[in-house]
Amino acid sequence: MILSLLQILIFPGFLFLFILALSAEYIDRKLYARMQTRVGPPWFQPFADFIKLLSKELIIPELADRFIFKILPLVACAAAATAFLFIPVYNPQSLFTFKGNIVAVVYILTIPTLTYFLGGWYSRSLYSLIGSMRVLTQLFSYEVPLLMAVLAPGVLASSWTFSAVINFYGANGFLFLVNIIAFAVAIIAVQGKLEKVPFDIPEAETEIVAGTFTEYTGPLYAYFKLAMNIQAISVAALLAAVFMPFGYNLGFFLGIIIFLLKILFIIAVLTVVRTIFARIRMDQMVRFCWKYLTPMALLQILINIIIKAAVTQ
Amino acid sequence: MPKKLVIPIGPQHPALKEPASFDVTLQGEKVENILVKLGYNHRGIEKACESKPYLHDLYLIERVCGICSHSHATCFLQAVEEIAGLNVPMRAKYIRSIIGEMERIHSHLLWLGVAAHEIGFDTLLMYTWRDREVIMDLLAILTGNRVNYAVNILGGVRKDISDEEKGQILKAMDILEERTKYYAHVATEEITIKKRLSKVGYLSPDDAVKMGAVGPTGRASKITRDIRAEEKYAAYGEVDFKVISDDNCDVYGRALVRVGELMQSYSIIRQLIKKLPDTPLKVPAPLKIPAGEAVSRYEAPRGEDVHYVRANGTDKPERVKLRAPTLANVQSVATMLQKGYLADVTIVIAAIDPCFSCTDRMIVAVNGKSEMTWKQLRQHSIDWYKKNRGVDFTKIKLGIRS
Repeated sequence: MILSLLQILIFPGFLFLFILALSAEYIDRKLYARMQTRVGPPWFQPFADFIKLLSKELIIPELADRFIFKILPLVACAAAATAFLFIPVYNPQSLFTFKGNIVAVVYILTIPTLTYFLGGWYSRSLYSLIGSMRVLTQLFSYEVPLLMAVLAPGVLASSWTFSAVINFYGANGFLFLVNIIAFAVAIIAVQGKLEKVPFDIPEAETEIVAGTFTEYTGPLYAYFKLAMNIQAISVAALLAAVFMPFGYNLGFFLGIIIFLLKILFIIAVLTVVRTIFARIRMDQMVRFCWKYLTPMALLQILINIIIKAAVTQ
Repeated sequence: MPKKLVIPIGPQHPALKEPASFDVTLQGEKVENILVKLGYNHRGIEKACESKPYLHDLYLIERVCGICSHSHATCFLQAVEEIAGLNVPMRAKYIRSIIGEMERIHSHLLWLGVAAHEIGFDTLLMYTWRDREVIMDLLAILTGNRVNYAVNILGGVRKDISDEEKGQILKAMDILEERTKYYAHVATEEITIKKRLSKVGYLSPDDAVKMGAVGPTGRASKITRDIRAEEKYAAYGEVDFKVISDDNCDVYGRALVRVGELMQSYSIIRQLIKKLPDTPLKVPAPLKIPAGEAVSRYEAPRGEDVHYVRANGTDKPERVKLRAPTLANVQSVATMLQKGYLADVTIVIAAIDPCFSCTDRMIVAVNGKSEMTWKQLRQHSIDWYKKNRGVDFTKIKLGIRS
């Protein structure tokens, strides 16, 4: 009981996740700045930002629903962090495991997105309203290819449980490279989930101020930002477990180092993507997701089914 | 039938650097109607000019705009010098043109960055603004200032360009030309830029004429008109350059025109530096300007800038009227945004390179008969140009030249 409480609160739970999330934000910002020939922030900037935001005045719009407006950022944080508890870190077993937990993680990761939508909706501001409509529209576009891409490796492993997928690919050498198409699809779709360029449409600064977060200030905004960062880590851990299923049986320290390297790699790839593109329009995004991403994810599933059939025969 | 939303863009909005207001009526994400409201930054600059001597006016006029300060100052001076009958020495005209072209370069680089930021491409913003530092530093070396150069004085310029500075200018031009080629490559190859810019903010050549679009906005809609080529003021008569135009008629075309103009500016500066004549820098100018009136036109980075000055024989002008290019362009925004998306609103506004603070004037509308009909006015301007500038405009039909 105490052990699992410690695991939830400290490692690999909230504290570990908190530090990891803010460090990931630092890496993202620093890389982004260096690629733009800027100096970039010092390492403690995300922590300082978080503390500063916590100390700021909290302003709640008059028309907003006070209870929901206040509770949503915490729900977002909790959901993003909960998802992480089901993802394996240094051994194939995650903290809490059950059959089909990949599907569960993908769906828990949808909850923060829904809170962004509700947050915008209950702010009762024009910009938030448009932002929240865009959050939903975007969700319907990237979620399908993302889900299919994340589940594709499981098709080959005949299981949608993390430990089974990791053990299957661990026993089969370089077979995980087959999933490269799904990995690419997932990386692009995740950009939509994390609302980053080219899919930062819901919070396009130059169009709708800050989108869903326009009315959020001080501590509540800090929690939303934290939720976004934790979500980034959870998503990176998910992609690492599913598409890079190696280095899980090497003990605690080596396991952690390999895990952190994988997270670093995925965060870096996400940052490069957001550096080299412009923001596209909502209609273009929807078209792109349904016309290119979804068929690509389908192709991956088809490839995996064919390989599986060939192997079992 | 979804409910219609009216989204206010401005007067305070992250996309707008200056106060102006656009009320966008939306149906879903589509723009149904757009209402342009100006007048948030009226500074009474014309009236202030009329209460100060010409020497002080120069400082004021230079501060009409933060970006095209030299354009306004030169345009104003051209009018005053014409009234006073001053013959500005050639070297001064060359230096005015050189500074003017540098201003165009820094303005267009700034625009590229702003446009990139509007479509969420911050990397390009950082790149262009870093390169813009090259030209800003050069301007600081040449004139002592990064923005308000104050290089003009009545009857000439106040500062010479030394041989050492010539070398620095040529070197900077080489650096910038290489960088601009890279941006041209990025703008034509990068897929998200193309997706966001092409077929956005379409302004047909007919509409461009109707709305009175000037400068790069007009030139991107096949209207190949450039005051530098038409009027050949300052030293533009002595250099070779092409008037860049484009037939895309959209935001993408406007970006291409500006990149093309950057390349032309580098070549113009090189030619001017090579030919820089050896004459005095200025002629003595009187404090009191004789009575008379003049209209002066100048191709600012954003388009045609028009200044009108009427002198009454004292040291203060009787009337100063200036029309910044944004006023000519801003009307076309509503046409450009028909059937557009909300996401395109800010990039289309940014594509005319608006400068609202320069534009805002107060106009008192007096109902009554005008003294000249449109036809008479046109005939008058044609005669005036024939007589004073030796340019024959009779062959130009009102409409589009391709």
